[in-house]
Amino acid sequence: MSTVSDPTSPQPIKSLKPSGNLGRRAAVSRLLVGGATASALLAVAVLAIVVFGVVVRGIHALTIGFLTKDPPQFGGAGGGIASAIVGSALIVGVATVITVPIGVLGAIYVTEFAGPRSRTARAVRTSLDLMQGLPTVVVGLFVFGLIVTATNTESGFAGSIALSIIMLPLVARSTQEVLLLVPTGLREAADALGVARWRSVVRMIVPAAMGGIVTGTILAVARAAGETAPLLIVDGIYTNSTTINVFGHGMPNIPVLIWTASEAADPNGFARAWGAALVLLAVILIANVGARVLLARSRARTGQ
Amino acid sequence: MLLALTAVAALIPVLVLVEIGYQVINGARPAISRFGLGFLWHSGWQPNFSIFGAGNMLYGTIVSSLIALALAMPLGIAIALYLSMIAPRGIRAIVGPMVEMLAAIPSVILGFWGIIVFAPFVQQHLEPWLHSVLGFIPIFGAAETTGLSLFTAGLVLTIMVLPIIASLSRDMFLTVPAELRDGAEALGATRWEMIRGVVLPTTISGVAAATVLGLGRALGEAIAVAQVIGDGNLIHSSLFETGSTLASRIALEIQYTVSPLHTASLFYLALILLAISLLTNLAAQGIARRFDVGQALAQ
Repeated sequence: MSTVSDPTSPQPIKSLKPSGNLGRRAAVSRLLVGGATASALLAVAVLAIVVFGVVVRGIHALTIGFLTKDPPQFGGAGGGIASAIVGSALIVGVATVITVPIGVLGAIYVTEFAGPRSRTARAVRTSLDLMQGLPTVVVGLFVFGLIVTATNTESGFAGSIALSIIMLPLVARSTQEVLLLVPTGLREAADALGVARWRSVVRMIVPAAMGGIVTGTILAVARAAGETAPLLIVDGIYTNSTTINVFGHGMPNIPVLIWTASEAADPNGFARAWGAALVLLAVILIANVGARVLLARSRARTGQ
Repeated sequence: MLLALTAVAALIPVLVLVEIGYQVINGARPAISRFGLGFLWHSGWQPNFSIFGAGNMLYGTIVSSLIALALAMPLGIAIALYLSMIAPRGIRAIVGPMVEMLAAIPSVILGFWGIIVFAPFVQQHLEPWLHSVLGFIPIFGAAETTGLSLFTAGLVLTIMVLPIIASLSRDMFLTVPAELRDGAEALGATRWEMIRGVVLPTTISGVAAATVLGLGRALGEAIAVAQVIGDGNLIHSSLFETGSTLASRIALEIQYTVSPLHTASLFYLALILLAISLLTNLAAQGIARRFDVGQALAQ
């Protein structure tokens, strides 16, 4: 866009109001700024439409009984999703217990012990990136080959393993980031005082990064709670009664319950699935908002 | 002690990745030796007759992802510009997290909503309208009965990919120094000229990397796509017909395989998907690293 005016037809400046070329430039700018604003509005509208759609259809189902009763064994109306809530909580819980130590320790190695130029650290970082990009259905198939075909049974534990593979890069990456935020001066001060590295890590660096680690874990849990593909593949067949045994047999869970209902044309199943979707969505959105608040608070406290 | 413990933990991701590759190749081996590379473009898929080929699924995967990318890239960049350059600070703090919230909606819920609410809307309003306006192009055929189609799948994927492209691009735009932006505006550039002349050229590689990451997500999404794509088995010229993708086929059939060869063929599909996803992710990292924006993207 040329801003040099044509010398053969000089335009004397009459007023400061944009005219001619300047007016056109301003108009183009306004148009594109308006387009960007409209795009942002569209995204917010889509979020509102989806959330509203789930709330409107799921709110009828929400009763105490819905949360405390099992679904009817042979279909039909009534009943709740207690078995799926318990199952989902246990599967995700076990996955979290497996993932968090590995993710946090691995991140500590990369940031505290390996040093920024280390080959190992780079390899670990690259594999975490690649892991994060893995299609979840491939993760599911991997665990299917590893555990389900080997033991010849689906189980909640197989689901936990699959979910922990999905959570690991999230936990490790967020932990790395907060560890990098801990001021280098603290580490140098500890070194200068002759404190062993492991001691300064355990007593000083990890506590300073705790807020970020917890936030990252909450976000990873929220992500895992809604993950469907791996559970469908390794924990998709189950009897619909509450169980707390994660081994040996399939375990009911919320995502697969919604999936199964969405694939069958049964109005009772739809009603139950909308209720389950509302419960799941509420948990996930609250976890996300909570994690943000927590992060903002811990940032404010440590002055970052 | 702690050093050894952390080193072992750090190596786990590497080992898991290698093991995933091994398991998937191992599972696919019978199908690989039976069909060879011809599997990639053979378009038949009839488990009961031991006829398997990835052609239709590759087509569905590419087309649905391209629809998503064609819509999500311009929208995502526009949203990122709004959040980094245009919106007042207070609005940024509300709209930004809301856009990211879109990525937190589980795919199974989005797909369920897609079946019940969105697909009928697409079938009754969007597809007939596109058909009447652009019907002379064969890809905009007449609407089918259910609304479950490649096109609907592409739109649902757009919703899933949009927040990824938008939030990563926004982080890129925020790395442009304020002095450069102020300088451009001080020289009389309009807001758009400043964006086009200063912001986009310095961040284009980061935005490209963000787009490739979004593409990777779209290529690998199984659940929501399986719910709204209609699980068709043929390649049609119209986008408003059913189809299937690599990931959706795996999700729909792995529980109900009729023969070991069927299972192996699904693993073969997963192997293709794994290769595609590794390539897209390495490409995104490569673009980002080459232009030294990796740090900002890693956030």
